[in-house]
Amino acid sequence: MNILALDSSNLVMGVAVVSGSRVLGELMTNVKKNHSVRLMPAISQLMDDVGLTPDNLDRIAVAQGPGSYTGLRIGVSIAKMMAWSLKKELVGVSSLEIVAQNGRYFDGYIAPFFDARRGQVFAGLYENKDGKIVPKMPDRLVLLKNWLAELKLLEKPLLFLSNDLEKCADLLQTLPKAVMGTGPQNIPRPSELARLASEKEPTPDIHHFLPTYLRLAEAEARWLARQER
Amino acid sequence: MSINVAQKTMILGIETSCDETAAAVVENGTIIRSNAVASQIDIHRRFGGVVPEVASRHHVDQITLVCEEAIKESGVTWDDLDAIAVTEGPGLIGALLVGVNSAKAISFAHHIPLVPVHHITGHIYANRFVHELQFPLIALVVSGGHTELVYMKEHGSYHVVGTTRDDAAGEAFDKVARTLGLPYPGGPEIDRLAREGKPVIDFPRAWLEEGSLDFSFSGLKSAVINYIHNEEQRGNTVSKVDTASSFQASVCEVLVKKTIMAAERYSAKQLLVAGGVSANHEIREQMIRAAEKKGIQLLIPPLKLCTDNAAMIAASGTIGFLKGMRADLSLNGSANLSIEDF
Ligand SMILES: [Zn+2]
Repeated sequence: MNILALDSSNLVMGVAVVSGSRVLGELMTNVKKNHSVRLMPAISQLMDDVGLTPDNLDRIAVAQGPGSYTGLRIGVSIAKMMAWSLKKELVGVSSLEIVAQNGRYFDGYIAPFFDARRGQVFAGLYENKDGKIVPKMPDRLVLLKNWLAELKLLEKPLLFLSNDLEKCADLLQTLPKAVMGTGPQNIPRPSELARLASEKEPTPDIHHFLPTYLRLAEAEARWLARQER
Repeated sequence: MSINVAQKTMILGIETSCDETAAAVVENGTIIRSNAVASQIDIHRRFGGVVPEVASRHHVDQITLVCEEAIKESGVTWDDLDAIAVTEGPGLIGALLVGVNSAKAISFAHHIPLVPVHHITGHIYANRFVHELQFPLIALVVSGGHTELVYMKEHGSYHVVGTTRDDAAGEAFDKVARTLGLPYPGGPEIDRLAREGKPVIDFPRAWLEEGSLDFSFSGLKSAVINYIHNEEQRGNTVSKVDTASSFQASVCEVLVKKTIMAAERYSAKQLLVAGGVSANHEIREQMIRAAEKKGIQLLIPPLKLCTDNAAMIAASGTIGFLKGMRADLSLNGSANLSIEDF
């Protein structure tokens, strides 16, 4: 099975092509540059490099979120269009689950998160069960302060994985025993996204496949609040 | 630059610049093979206007569906398409990005050339479904975001000769409608009420300096809002129908006179009206009368081609395609795009 994987959900932009269990190629950047300009050329470049055409693909995998709304829409729009127009399968994978794979050999809980501004984070909690990294609870949007208070109660060792560790360093110090991911462990690998996608069921409805925003549009939230009053 | 507009073409258009998700297939620049539009008007009504983030989310939800509808209805296959024309801008950036990246994905997946389109040129080219364009021409583009007089000396050549210095005409319509307590979108509501009322209130006309082809609607907008507030403060009931009628009369008079002035100055053979506000009855009727009096041919698209759609993007994209305009996979959306670059 040939899989094209795309991740533009956060600062890291990643593209991978895998064939069965073999990673054919991977492109990745961790810089603040425009995903809308760079993602399609990166896909084209990598496909070319590994010698595959769009027809050769069986499945498109996309990092479904959480993350930057705009980034998510760029990746999901491209993935949907390619899957629908080429009649290929589409699989969405949690952006946090991709990062969690980097803690595979850690004995304890793996806590990936993305900064979500205003003191909040998109956070997940994963653990190693028989060699597979599985979610301990659903990904969510939470105040980092509250999230850390909750994690304090856990009894196993804790590994934080995040491209935003430095940004949140002050608060993270309140959990002195927790382990912090180093360098490459903190960023999502698109080949991990592809591998995860090879194990998941494709979406039954490509048309209505949507990013996992985990947060309502502000106007929507305000409108709902008004209705409740 | 001369192009052969008789060349056979089949173009898929994609449009997501504001609150309509649209895809269409157009043959030879003049025949609509399909025209699918998913409108979000009902979704934004409760917010009283288009919310960019909400619009962008809905585009992602609708984009493959409208493309499927457009392709199926047209009966074409990917191999039949000469190009994909997509709105590059102007518009809401988050909304534009959905269309642009979707178009790039199809372009890559099926090896189809990509043609970038300026949204306003789409509105202008909606007129080519009515009649072949004859140059030189003057186009009045009026919508929620635009009030522009565009001079065209040939296909695919755009020169702005008049523009609004503050609000777009459509913005003024929306603001006045809101002050009158009318539901969103306000334009059609004012149009409806105006037909029941009389233009008895003397609202100002902004002619600006002698001979200017520019527009200004903020003064008129304030005058109408002040009038409504003053009447309410005096305990008088405001006649909604007369206010709507008087406001609309002021907008129309300025739009029509300046358009005719531009047509004369540039010896236009044709006058085009385009954009959402051109669905307004008063503007249509006054334009028809004025053009008749001057003996200039007037083109106005049918109502459903006045609002945002992708057939118009494919129609303009056809000209861009024939001119050799191409975008590569690094094409980005552009919220403020100049029409003069097209
Ligand atoms: Zn428009």
